[in-house]
Amino acid sequence: MSAAQNIIAPPMEARGILTQFGANIVHENLDFRVEKGEIVGLVGGSGSGKSVLLNTMLGLKDPEGGVIRYFGRDRRDLSDEERADINNDMGVLFQGGALFSSLTVRENIMVPLREHTDLPVSLMRELADMKIHMVGLPAQSATLYPSDLSGGMKKRAGLARALSLDPKLLFLDEPTAGLDPVGANAFDELILGLREAMDLTILMITHDLDSLYTICDRVAVLVDKRIAIADSLPKVQQYDHPWVKEYFGGPRSRAALTAGKT
Amino acid sequence: MSSNAISDPAEYELSQAGRVVTFRAVGDWTLKNIGPIDPVLLSELEALDYDKVHYDFSAVTEMDTAGAFVFARAVRLGPGDRNDWEVVQGSKGQRTLMQAAAESVWGEPPKVTRQWYDSLTRIGIASDRFFSELFETIAFVGKFFSVFFRLILRPRQIRWKSVVALIEEIGLNAAPIVMTLCFFIGAVIAYMGANLLASFGASVFMVDLVGVSVLRELAPIITAILIAGRSDSAFTAQIGAMKMRQEIDAMTVIGLDTFETLVVPRALACLVSLPILTFLGMMSGIFAGMLIAWTGGMDISPALFLTRLNEVVGVKSFWVGMVKTPFFAIIIAVIGCRQGLAVTGSVESLGSRTTQSVVQSIFAVIAVNAVFAILFYKMGI
Repeated sequence: MSAAQNIIAPPMEARGILTQFGANIVHENLDFRVEKGEIVGLVGGSGSGKSVLLNTMLGLKDPEGGVIRYFGRDRRDLSDEERADINNDMGVLFQGGALFSSLTVRENIMVPLREHTDLPVSLMRELADMKIHMVGLPAQSATLYPSDLSGGMKKRAGLARALSLDPKLLFLDEPTAGLDPVGANAFDELILGLREAMDLTILMITHDLDSLYTICDRVAVLVDKRIAIADSLPKVQQYDHPWVKEYFGGPRSRAALTAGKT
Repeated sequence: MSSNAISDPAEYELSQAGRVVTFRAVGDWTLKNIGPIDPVLLSELEALDYDKVHYDFSAVTEMDTAGAFVFARAVRLGPGDRNDWEVVQGSKGQRTLMQAAAESVWGEPPKVTRQWYDSLTRIGIASDRFFSELFETIAFVGKFFSVFFRLILRPRQIRWKSVVALIEEIGLNAAPIVMTLCFFIGAVIAYMGANLLASFGASVFMVDLVGVSVLRELAPIITAILIAGRSDSAFTAQIGAMKMRQEIDAMTVIGLDTFETLVVPRALACLVSLPILTFLGMMSGIFAGMLIAWTGGMDISPALFLTRLNEVVGVKSFWVGMVKTPFFAIIIAVIGCRQGLAVTGSVESLGSRTTQSVVQSIFAVIAVNAVFAILFYKMGI
């Protein structure tokens, strides 16, 4: 089994993806890959299909054409059991946190553990508390319900749940949207720290230019129904496309750039 | 990809030199493996007496946060503080992970709050909630009427568009089900009466029975209960969802009065719909009685049925039934809207408020109906 899993194969690779809703083509001939250990930022205009791409990569939606490979293996060739294993190697932080509102934060984090491991409950509880600490939430928040948390805390709790099975690949959907700059910076730091501690590969959809400048190793740009360029930030900024020029040449971007350099 | 690779079992060796325990770990220390080994390790560590822990990870093939947690807990079990540990053999990644884990295990665990007097507290909280619920309902009714009468005096401010849309939803769409149900009820009463009264040879009295029971009680109460179940839950769910998505807050900030825009139109729609529905229900119930009387083997012709209905039941029973419907309408609208506005952020509260709203409104409809019965009896109507 492990022989089939190429050690150097990228954790996630999409080739020739075609997505369409009726006559409306969202992605066409889209190629994209995430290498092990890197943080990739995915940018694109509103309505360019970033969230659809995320859902496709997560396996929530099957593309109309093309191949998705996880760790070098075609998704369609996987047995149900292998699919479940690979799902456990992926964690997602949805935009609003998507915490289960009827469970406390600790119980939320324990849900994947309960489902996929047979640890004693007391150990699960302690592991959940550890994850709560790792994402920088106060210990007392373990017994709170999601409705008692602020937006930033919800995101952290959602991240703790995404990390509860120690995934190798982490998807973040606009992790810093709705956070104040201080909270957003802290969240960026947290992501960097977690990557180092847990050896994560991270794909994040973001509009936050500061995040792109400070934590992303590569930036992928989704325009014209495909990933036009996925490279380090300076190269992406040189890329000749009106939307990309406008995106990285705008006043916000320049401000973030100078802030990122100092 | 540890998950489908064949994993090495987690093993360990503890050796003590002076006050230092050396923790040599072997194999995969991951979420999948630590379950069985954890209690053994814990009891073994508890038996030892030490100050400092040295970790040797040279033979560890894989380690995740769960493994690191189990390692780091060894430090907590000792009498020393959080820095009394060292990774003597291990990679950089393992050291980082251990650092994070060691920080985490030293956090204060949240307090367990279960106490023997918890059940007493719950009784207290429940009674408190009951009284505050009562108080808030009364306050809501008061506020409702003040806004309601203000708007009645200035009808141009009423949102007629939404009133009409709501009448369609509450009244028109419910008409078939109300009529069908009342038809069944009327038929059942007719059969029961016919059977019972035939033994006295007084089958013709079934007309009185059907007329009085359907007009005075059954049609109004069945309609009210049906609308309470059907529209009241819709009111609570609609307004509750708006509350959850902060639409209500947005309206307040923009300067829209929630009573004016949400509650009063619903109340007006109920006030218009309920009497009409009740009337339809009455007709359908009487029609069912007439049909049974004619075809059910009692040979009471429709003409005879109607003549007798006119003579003995009269229009009084009709008005007795009708006069109750506006009260039911207000009850249903007010309870539905009040519960909807009481929804807080969570999905759970939306569910419990919807349940409460239906239970409360059906309860209130039946209770108010009983009050009316006593009142009419005392008045001799």
